[in-house]
Amino acid sequence: MSEHVPALIGTPVGTQQQYVTVRIASQLFGLPIEMVHEVFAPDAITRVPLSPAAIAGVLNLRGRIVTMLNMRCLLGLPPAEGRGMAVGIEHDGEAFGLMIDDVGEVLGLDAAKREPNPSNLDPRWAAVAAGVHRLSGELMLILNVDLVLRGAGTVKAAVVSRY
Amino acid sequence: MDDLLQEFLTETNESLDVADVELVKFEQDPNNADILNNIFRLVHTIKGTCGFIGLTRLAALAHAAETLMGKFRDGRPVTADAVSLVLTTMDRIKWILSSIEENNGQEPEGVDADLIGLLEALAATELPPPEPEPVPEPPAPKVEAAPQALERELLPGEISLDELERLFRETKVELPARGKDKPAAPNVAASEAPAAAGSSASAAASVPAAATAAVPAPVSSSGAVAVADAARPPVAQRPAGLVPTGVPANAEEGHASALSAQTIRVSVGVLEQLMTMVSELVLTRNQLMEIARREGDSEYKVSLQRLSNVTGELQDAVMRARMQPIGNAWQKLPRIVRDLGQELGKQIELDQIGADTELDRQVLDQIKDPLTHMVRNSADHGLETPEERRAAGKPEKGIIRLSAYHEGGHVIVEIADDGRGLNVARIKSKIVERKLATEAEVAKMTDVQAFRYIFQAGFSTADKVTSVSGRGVGMDVVRTNIEAIGGTIEVHSKLGQGSAFVIKIPLTLAIVPALIVRAAEERFALPQSAVVELVRVQPGTDHAVTWFNDVPVLCLRDKLLPIVALGTLLGLSPEGDARRKDQWTDALIVVLRVGAETFGVVVDAVSHTEEIVVKPMSTALRQVPMVSGCTILGDGRVIMIVDPSGLAQGAAARGAEAGEMDLSAADKGHHAVAEDRTSLLLFRAGATEPKAVPLGLVTRIEELDVSGIERVKGYPVIQYRGSLIPVLYANEEVSRVKDGTQPMLVFSADGRVMGLLVDEIVDIVETVLDMQLSPSGMPEVLGAAVVAGQATEILDVGFYINVAFGERFEQLVRVEARPKLLLVDDSAFHRDLLAPVLKGNGYDVTTCSSAREALDRLGDDARFDAIVSDLELPDMDGFALAAAVRDNPRNRDLPIIAVSAARDRETIERGRAAGFTDYVARYDRAGLIEALKEFAGRQGAAA
Repeated sequence: MSEHVPALIGTPVGTQQQYVTVRIASQLFGLPIEMVHEVFAPDAITRVPLSPAAIAGVLNLRGRIVTMLNMRCLLGLPPAEGRGMAVGIEHDGEAFGLMIDDVGEVLGLDAAKREPNPSNLDPRWAAVAAGVHRLSGELMLILNVDLVLRGAGTVKAAVVSRY
Repeated sequence: MDDLLQEFLTETNESLDVADVELVKFEQDPNNADILNNIFRLVHTIKGTCGFIGLTRLAALAHAAETLMGKFRDGRPVTADAVSLVLTTMDRIKWILSSIEENNGQEPEGVDADLIGLLEALAATELPPPEPEPVPEPPAPKVEAAPQALERELLPGEISLDELERLFRETKVELPARGKDKPAAPNVAASEAPAAAGSSASAAASVPAAATAAVPAPVSSSGAVAVADAARPPVAQRPAGLVPTGVPANAEEGHASALSAQTIRVSVGVLEQLMTMVSELVLTRNQLMEIARREGDSEYKVSLQRLSNVTGELQDAVMRARMQPIGNAWQKLPRIVRDLGQELGKQIELDQIGADTELDRQVLDQIKDPLTHMVRNSADHGLETPEERRAAGKPEKGIIRLSAYHEGGHVIVEIADDGRGLNVARIKSKIVERKLATEAEVAKMTDVQAFRYIFQAGFSTADKVTSVSGRGVGMDVVRTNIEAIGGTIEVHSKLGQGSAFVIKIPLTLAIVPALIVRAAEERFALPQSAVVELVRVQPGTDHAVTWFNDVPVLCLRDKLLPIVALGTLLGLSPEGDARRKDQWTDALIVVLRVGAETFGVVVDAVSHTEEIVVKPMSTALRQVPMVSGCTILGDGRVIMIVDPSGLAQGAAARGAEAGEMDLSAADKGHHAVAEDRTSLLLFRAGATEPKAVPLGLVTRIEELDVSGIERVKGYPVIQYRGSLIPVLYANEEVSRVKDGTQPMLVFSADGRVMGLLVDEIVDIVETVLDMQLSPSGMPEVLGAAVVAGQATEILDVGFYINVAFGERFEQLVRVEARPKLLLVDDSAFHRDLLAPVLKGNGYDVTTCSSAREALDRLGDDARFDAIVSDLELPDMDGFALAAAVRDNPRNRDLPIIAVSAARDRETIERGRAAGFTDYVARYDRAGLIEALKEFAGRQGAAA
């Protein structure tokens, strides 16, 4: 999985996890690399009427219908200014795209160094975050894709008023 | 579970379905050797394969059944009991099969000694050998039945029982080795003899070799090849039996190879994948065509055209590959009908017409259950018992006819029976009882409209609940399932003659023709199947959008259709746009029909029609209302496919929302069923409190230019659409506009049209009408109800029509001698509707709600000058009442006038025979007054 040989072979605490980092607003998030199928620039998103607010719509990505999730909306952030990027993920045979501001790099991080969510994290953030990694100079929140998808389908009541 | 077993399960299940059908046919036509051969072959194949795979329990059971079938082949008369027994065995086999499937290849525990015992007992029963069947087969080798067959010397080449036992053990095919059944094993083996013996000459032909070699495999001929080899001369005239169960593998192959030349088995998965790819191809083709349209002339246009044609053909071909004859969905029905017939003590014949009509596999799966349910329903409710049928002068055997045929892009499936038919009156009273519609609405309904209510949840008119149906569940599910695939269902019925359910379903669901429209800057696909027409509303045309407060209505020919803006309904356009009323003076409206509901959808533009490929939405979006899926257009853009039935629901909910004060509507939530409610047109006439009439009674709403009012014989009339119609002011207080226009409601009934002038149209609300009848002394007021939070008088449209066309008011004053009338009607609504009118015309009216009460009243010494009676009364109907009244010599000349919604000659004749003097249609009040004048007037004078 990684070309770096883990330092502590055989000890479960030493396993490495690779993350694709993305930026939403100014915050850095990490997505487990095995969840990420592709990165693309979203175009021609069709709104789905009467759908949960966090679902931005659907688009055609090489013949597949991809359901686009508005991460800013899900996290309670103001709408983005630019067009942004999207991370394509696959879940139960269905294609989703997480709309984010920008894609960063791939980081290999020691799973043992992962820390739990701070207890005072915004509940909307806590609902999708699976821990924090301390990087040099900033913190990276780990996005749990399952939680994100679950949140997008059910946050309707909470988010709709602000949309 | 290994592939072999899997294959076996699939195949056996199919065989069993066929066997079921064949057996029922067989029971009806026991002398048909072809059918018999088919069944025997099927059972034999099942038995053989079971043995081969090592499913001993199954093999034993199938074997016992086969033995019995063998007897029939030998000419034993077929009894209903025997067929029942074989069917029960089939059921047991199915059960074991499903257990095997669940338990991953393991047979369930237990033995089937009970069934096997019965089967064997029946098979062993000696009957005088009947005439040999006139089958083109060589005479089946006669074999003395079961055990006795062995009480003789073995013929050369024959195998002894012991030898056979040994063979069984060696071939590892275990017959049911139950501890106690030492004698059972040989018995089973022996009883095999006649079965296999009967199987055919070919079996006999190969026997000697087998017997000598003592290897059972090649011997195990089956019915599969029997027919083909039937012409071959018999080689060995000997009992070909004593063939162990199982190992008919080669026979299997022989059978299969004949078929495999023309067909191959393809897994559904492959077909689906093919379909997906064709869908993609269609999309790409559409995209290319789109580009070509933009580019104008280009050199690849011709090639593109060819590509397009080939794609179309490919699409057709793949669709055809997915097609299955509808007969597949009917396969289980003969068995079900037969079992039901036995259970209910009815004789039922199931006719199948057009079983080879093909439709998409997916659609087929969806309609299987609804069809089954409806056939059960026909058998249970539709058909009468033999006694009832005899009494009604029908043949005892009832017929259920299933037919299917293509019509346009649809398949029409009809389930018809020649049973008792639906009782409109009972359905209507049930509708009122369940408050699904008001009595006034019910009275106006056509039969077909009333029948639609049988698809409501919990709606059952069955007198008694049987194990089969009558619980009111089912028909709503039937409708839901059919509507879910874009189909429709309608009922036609004639009391005493039968009913027919007509289902119209699309051929396929994967690629559907759709109308592409634009609204709120998005494009949407509307399935063409729901689109009735496109209407352009422009100033000066006949079609206009009328606003009632915030609710728009489209006047289309003689109908008022609710309309909704697609963008607003889908929540994409802002609401409360002040200019929208102006915008809609020039609008494009797509008229959609979903089930019984017709409504208009306002769109910004209509683009074109296209064959769209339906793509499912992701799970998270499947619950989204009003959208059923999406598709990719030629330009690569995804668009939503609008779900017409969702729109209909949304539109209905919207109507309810518009009446904001209507709290009851809010409580019911958005999914209130439209049928529960009445749409009322609210207007102002005189006093400030609103008046209302049911919207359904209003034909049009006009702004009348008052200068057009003329007077004929002192009554105001106007020229309206080329004829003169009377106009009335709603009441004394309505302002008489001298100049300009005044709002006018147009009513029409029985070809008579009138206008009613009011002060102001206020609104249209949909509400649950809870009307209090009020003896207000105002004949035009039916009653009062709280509508949109305000007390509202409900006006009687019938009264106005009566006044406009019937006798004028002066008559009220002139009448002095007040003839006494007895009004009999079980409906409080009708009594309250009629009594004031009759009183107003100078009659002294006594009302009663049942025939008994009426007779009591007549029995008192009160004298009546006439009776006005409804025909449909509880307990004792109008006919009986009339007969009872006439029984009393005192009443021989008493005029009795029938009032009924039914207008057929038959009813009228029957009424006359029962003693009715005259017959008046329910809402023909003028006719009633006329009739009373003619008969009661004379009587009154005499009295």
